[in-house]
Formats: sequence, C-alpha cells, structure tokens
Amino acid sequence: MATVENLPSPSSERPIGFGRLKRKEDARFIRGQGTYLDDIRLPGMVHGAILRSPYAHARIVSIDTSRALAHPNVAAVVTAKDLETLGLAWMPTISYDTQAVLAGDKVRFQGQEVAFVIATDEYSANDALQLIDVEYEPLPAIVNARKALDPDAPLIRDDKAGQRDNLASPTWEAGDEEATNKAFAEADTVVSRDIIYPRCHPAPLETCGIVADFDPKTGQLNIWNGNQAPHAHRTVYAHVAGLAEHMIRIRCSDIGGGFGNKVPVYPGYVCAIAGSIVAGVPVKWIENRTENLVSTGFARDYVMRAEMCSKDGKITGLRVDVIADHGAFDSTAQPTKFPAGFFHIVCGSYDLQASHVKVKAVYTNKAPGGVAYRCSFRITEAVYLVERMVDALALEMKADPIDLRMRSFIAPGQFPYETTTGWTYDSGNYAETMKVAMDIAGYDDLRREQREKRDRGELMGIGVAFFTEGVGAGPRKHMDILGLAMNDGADLRVHPSGKAVVSISAQTQGQGHETTFAQIVAEELGIPPEDIEVRHGDTDKSPYGLGTYGSRSTPVSGAAVAVVSRKVRDRARLIAATMLETRPEDLAWEKGRWYVKGDPEKGAMIEDIAVRAYSGEPMPEGMEGGLDAQVIYDPPNLTYPYGAYIAVVDVDPDTAQVTIRRFIAVDDCGVRINPMIVDGQIHGGLAEGVGIALMELLSFDEEGNCLNSSFMDYLIPTALECPDFELGETVTPCPHHPLGAKGVGESPNVGSPPAIVNAVIDALHETHGVDHIDMPCTPARVWAAMQGRAEPPQ
Amino acid sequence: MTINVSMTVNGTQVSHEIEPRMLLVHFIRETLELTGTHWGCDTSNCGACVVRIDGQPVKSCTILAAMCDGHEVATVESLEVDGQLDPIQMGFHERHALQCGFCTPGMLMTTRALLDENPDPTDHEIRVAISGAICRCTGYKNIVSAVRWAAEHEAATANREG
Repeated sequence: MATVENLPSPSSERPIGFGRLKRKEDARFIRGQGTYLDDIRLPGMVHGAILRSPYAHARIVSIDTSRALAHPNVAAVVTAKDLETLGLAWMPTISYDTQAVLAGDKVRFQGQEVAFVIATDEYSANDALQLIDVEYEPLPAIVNARKALDPDAPLIRDDKAGQRDNLASPTWEAGDEEATNKAFAEADTVVSRDIIYPRCHPAPLETCGIVADFDPKTGQLNIWNGNQAPHAHRTVYAHVAGLAEHMIRIRCSDIGGGFGNKVPVYPGYVCAIAGSIVAGVPVKWIENRTENLVSTGFARDYVMRAEMCSKDGKITGLRVDVIADHGAFDSTAQPTKFPAGFFHIVCGSYDLQASHVKVKAVYTNKAPGGVAYRCSFRITEAVYLVERMVDALALEMKADPIDLRMRSFIAPGQFPYETTTGWTYDSGNYAETMKVAMDIAGYDDLRREQREKRDRGELMGIGVAFFTEGVGAGPRKHMDILGLAMNDGADLRVHPSGKAVVSISAQTQGQGHETTFAQIVAEELGIPPEDIEVRHGDTDKSPYGLGTYGSRSTPVSGAAVAVVSRKVRDRARLIAATMLETRPEDLAWEKGRWYVKGDPEKGAMIEDIAVRAYSGEPMPEGMEGGLDAQVIYDPPNLTYPYGAYIAVVDVDPDTAQVTIRRFIAVDDCGVRINPMIVDGQIHGGLAEGVGIALMELLSFDEEGNCLNSSFMDYLIPTALECPDFELGETVTPCPHHPLGAKGVGESPNVGSPPAIVNAVIDALHETHGVDHIDMPCTPARVWAAMQGRAEPPQ
Repeated sequence: MTINVSMTVNGTQVSHEIEPRMLLVHFIRETLELTGTHWGCDTSNCGACVVRIDGQPVKSCTILAAMCDGHEVATVESLEVDGQLDPIQMGFHERHALQCGFCTPGMLMTTRALLDENPDPTDHEIRVAISGAICRCTGYKNIVSAVRWAAEHEAATANREG
C-alpha cells in the first residue's frame, strides 16, 4: 500500500540532514486536509461582511443601518460611531500612522471600510450590506502621486493634527549628494530615465480573513488568522484592545500564500475582534477576491527619476529621486528607521564612486500600503531601477549589457564591501555567477540568433539582470518594527525517546518550514527529520519572533534553529562525558553521536543521551535534567543573496504580444538546506516576476476607481505564460550565518522583472527606437511603445 | 425559500434542503463540510474550486448546487481510496508540485481528469489543461513534471498488470 509516508525512496534520497527531502506537509495537502482560515468552524460562529466605499474621496453625510438591522438573520451592524465608544475607530499602522477601522466623517479610498455587518451566515451578511443606506458627498480625488503635492491638491489626511499637505513622511535620503555631483561632473556618459514601478498586488490565492472568539467568562481572546507575523500581531492587538498578551492566542493554521499581503493588521480583523467582544460569540470574516485586491496591502507604486553615469567604460555614479505612493493611510511595511525600506540598496552589485537617493512618500486616494510583495522592503523597486539604468547606460555606450556589468561589478577581493549608501555586503563572486548564466543561456549563440531573426523581420530580445539583495532583517542595533527587535526565537526539546520538537517564530505560508527546519535539527543533532516535529503558527506554543517576510525565515529563524541545536549538542556532550566516564573535551562529535577521541567504538548516541537526561541516573555536576534549549537569535548583519538572470523573449510584430521563450536564473543563496524547496521557491518567484513584468497592474481612473478589482482584470500568469524555467547555482556561503545560508524566497521576484523588461526593450530598440517601457508589458502598452507613444501606467 | 437537492458526492447519495441560489462550492464546503475544495476568486478565474461533475472538471463556484441535482460529483477527498493514494497525488508529492497547498485540490482534480482522457499528455497539453487554474507558488514547472510522473507511473503499472 503506497502512502506518502511509505512511498519507496532509495536511501540516497533520504539524507539525515540537508538534501532533497520530500516535504512532510504534503501528506495533508494532497488529501485536501489542510486547514485554511475558511475551514475553521466554531460552535455558534457568526459571519461578518464589510460595506465598502464606492468613492475614492467623499464626505459621509449619513449612514442608515435600520433596514439592515431589520433583516431576520442580522445580529449587529457596526459603524465608526460604535467603534468610537470602544476606542477602536482608528488603529495604528505598521508605519506609525493611523488608519480608520471604519470610516467616520470621510472615505479616503475606493473600497474603504464603512460598516461591518454580523449575521448568522455569509449569504445573509452580504444581503444585509445592500440594505445599508449611506449618503456621500463626493470630493475631488488625488490618484497620481506626482500631483499629490501640488499646492491646490485636496488635503487627504485632514484627520491628522498639523497635516497641511499630502506628504506622508519626510523626505528620506541616503548616500552622498556632493560626491555624487562630482562623479557626474567627471563622467564621460550620462543617461536619465523616468521609471515607474507600478502598483501591483501580492494576491495570494487564499484571501485574508479572521475568526475571532472572545470568551467573556475567562476574558481570553482566541484568534485564528492567516498572517505572516503572529507574535507581532498579538502585540498590536494587546495594545489596541488593552488586553494582556497572554490573554490573546493567535493561531495561524495553514496559509494559502502570503507574499507580503498577510503582514499587516487590517480593519476587518479589528471589526471581527470587536464584534466578538461585543456579541460574545465567535465571528468569522473573510474577504472576497475584490476586497483583497482593492483594500489590502498593495505593493510598489514607486515613481522614480534616475540618472546613471560612467567613466572609462565603467559605471561610476547613480542619482535617484523617488515619489512613493503610500495611498490614503501610510501602512507601508518596513523597519522603523527606514521609511523607504531598503530601497537604498539601489547602488546594486557595482563598485560605484558615489550615489545619492532621495525618497518622499505621499498620500493619495488609493488603498493603503505598500507591502513588500515577495520582497525585502523595497529591494524589488531598487533592483528594477538600477538594472534598467545599467541597460540604459549600455545602450548609450553601445556596450553589451553583460560586458558593462562585468566591468563594473564589485570584485571578489573587495568583500566585505561597504556600498556608497552604507550597506556592508559580506561576500560574493558576481562575475562567476554571471558566467554560469551565460553558459546555460548560450549567450553568444542567442545574440547570433537575434541578428539572424532581425534580418528576417522577427523581434527577439535578450534581457539581463544582476541583483544583490539584503535579506534576513535584521540586527537589533540597526532595525526594529514598531519598536520590536527583528529577532526570532527557537525552542528545542529532545524527548526521552530521542524524538524532538522544535518551536519557531517563523510562519510558513507554503515555504516548507516543517521540512526545512526539521532538516536543520537533523543535520546538527543526527536525529532523523521524520522524528522532529516543527511547531509554528500558535503564539501559545512558539517563542516570540517577528515572523516570515523579507526572506527572513532561513537567515534568522534558520540560524536560531541551528544555534539552539548546537546548544543541545553541547549539553549532550556533558551528559555523554558522565555516561562514558571521561572528560567533555575528550569527546568528538559525528552525526548523532559523541564518541571518545582515540576510541571511536566508545560513544553515546543522541537518543541514549536523551534517555539518560530524563532518567534517575546522576547528571553532570551542577546540571539540570532534560535535554532542552532556547535561543533568541539576533543576526549580526543582513545576508546578501545575489543572482544573474537572463530572459529571452519574442515579440509578435503584428500584435505586440510578448512571449517569454526562455528564462535562466542562476542564484547564489549560499548553502542550500533543501535544494528541492529552494528550486520551488525560485520557480514561484519567477512566475510572479513574469506576472509583474507582463500582466499584473492595479490601475485607477481619474476619479480613483480601481480598474483591476477581480482576476478578470488583475491578471495572474498561468502555465501558458510561464516558460520552463532553467535554473543554475553558485554557492558562496554567508560568512556570518551559522549554516552559511542566505535566504532565497524573494530573489526571483526581485531579479526577474528587470530581466524581462530589458529583454522587451532589447527586442525593440534597434528596429523601433524603444529605449524605455514601463511595466506591465501588455500588448497594448508594447504596441504603443512600438509606435513611439509609450505612456506610463496610471 | 428552500429546495431539495439530491446528488451523489464521492459515491455517497446526499440530499439537503438549501437556498436555490447556493453555489456548489458552498454546498460542498458548508453543507457537506468537505473543506478540501477551496475558493479563491469568485469569478471562475483561479480554479481552486474545481471538482468533477459526471467526470468533467468544473469550477464549483460557477455552478449552482441545484444544477447538480441527480448528478455525480467528485471532490479531492475522493482521490485516495482505502488508503491508496491516486498516482496524481503521489506525483505532486514526488515532484514538489505544491507549496502552500491552496490550489492543489483543484489542480489534482483538473489533472486527474486530463489523464483519464489523455493518459500520455505532452508538456504543452498539460499546460493547456491547467491554464484555467492559478498557482501562485510553484511557477507550474513542477506541476507539469508531477503530471508526467503520474502518467509514467500509470503506464508502468498498466504494463506490469497487463
């Protein structure tokens, strides 16, 4: 009988520690036995639904809920007035701004939450939304970030004392302006471009939602909620609801994808919690797809102007000016001290003379955000910009885009390398990785093919991008979110049976933590991965930590698990010394066993040591029983994964349809714990990059109506748009991570859009004079560019 | 107003009084409490809700439960029989064709239907078959590989038994 648990596998495929171990979590998913948010059912549970604003900017004249309340299945209708009495009308955002939970005097974006209906079932709750009468007085809306600071622009945040304009946060700068001016003065070539990274959406396949269950008898608040940072959410709820943290328990069961969308706290969550506290019964609220696209964490929306210069054939300087569109409430996700996230990694992989970056964030009448859509805090925008600019410079210099990169890379001998904006890259051999990508692609042959096709009137493009990311945020001396250090905990318990449970604060949304983290313990302690349970997603059962986003899991939590395993191993050594009647320093370790140096036959297996640790036998002098350890890991630096990507596209000369024929991704993410899972992460991120480059766009008309409010209009790539991705690797271990790992989840999303757009421009430059096109490269937009009418997305 | 709806679901006859407007996906998930079938978009774009009706893969968010009266419905829960996984389930595990698992039930039902009709599909035929379903995690490459694995596994089994 074949089950997942006993599928025949050669022993070579079942390594103890690192390797292509098939996933433990698959067993429930392939049987349809995952437990996602909408699968949670509690006795007496009622359902919430949200009435949303049809206007982007309007004064609320009146709200009449009487007809909705008369619906036989409706238990309550909550408006801002009701929340005000509870002190819950406004909530803090992740960026120290405030956001209306339900709109009181005004709505400030289309889709904003206006009323919350609680009914016995979902159908009735949605019926009742139609029975709420809201009178609006529409106001002029600001949709274009470039116009947000015009003197006559309507003030969006008149709720904030002292707010006189639509600036969301003060202008933020990095780098050296004077030195950059000098680099440009000395340059022999300068290019400039206006580049937009348009608003897009992580759109995980499972939308956001919550089940809130407040027990009035005990005062305990139980929350089920698919979110990427359960401990941070609990701290926020504790502050907002005035409850002690131990009276709040958040359980994240299985999560149907996050990609940054499930980092923030959303108004619907607060409404459901308030509803449960008031009604005393469990309240479930789950978004439909339109609500997800129009109201929850969007990504990007960076309006950029950049200049890049070179001297003697090498890139020397970069100057960037950004307007960041944060929507109506500033809930952009980033560490506190970095209002533009890690955008200043825009100096890229190059040994520059100087660079200077300026970012100002504005309010607009659009949904609040932006979150990092599979991205470490704006690194995606930065890499897109610098890699587009390098190609623009190569065009101007009539240089091959790879040659220019090769000439300008930070050399292996320069690491650790301090960039012109203050990052300390720890390691790298960029040219080597670029060469591997060129070999897989057959770069010279592709260029030859391109010339031949051009002669036949066919449009083929080859696009290159090289990225360096900074992930695994981060060192507590440098960064925090809402005052919380970006550290992660691990708690390891080896039981008397020799089997183990490791509890982590990272939160899987599909990344395979139950497998990868078991493999780390297995590698360090020699316990088979099937005997190690990974616990996560329950604030009552896991140590404090900031969760999973920004490719943090392996760099921070993975390090925590390695360190806690080594602590247990050190304890095991002391116990083994007692068992073997020798001194600890006379013992040596091999997978799963301490043995006597010079007498390898004499040793103790980890499971025997575990038995001893819990037995009535004496422990070493001064040592407590048991075989447990805990750690909070504070990373000494970010990790810096990098990669070389090459896209090959064909553009139909008659329809302007872009087809990605090949995509080559060579990633250096350091040591790979489970290469199968790493490959899977890369495939998924590349598909998202294909979507962003070609299809995914949240656009708005002048009145602020969202034009992409369902999957009919917000296009996600299918199997037909995605090529058969070709992967390669180089391995440069991270020098400061205990396992040499760097994190990988976001690299493919970061690196692929510039490669694809560079390829599209490469296909069209010589024949059509196209030197820039903003994403997404839809047929209509590419066709316009081919006719010399390229327009930015709105 | 309610109506009575009777159908066979995973081989079992069921009969319930429901609202006429109830979608099949809600009937399956809420009334029958078979939560393996998911929903992801409400607009027939994502394919997370695919079940088989009389053998055909159908998006269960796009059909009323009442329209299935008298028909045979199969959900992801039907794939494993007496502890024996379907080869398509094994293929998804073998080839790492799932990550968050949310699209997986729909993908499994879609590709099972493909293999029933075409036991030896090309990679392109597989991509066409799943092009009505969205996976946000895998980039589809390993799903194509998983379907090939299942096709080859079934061919090998048929050879051994034939």
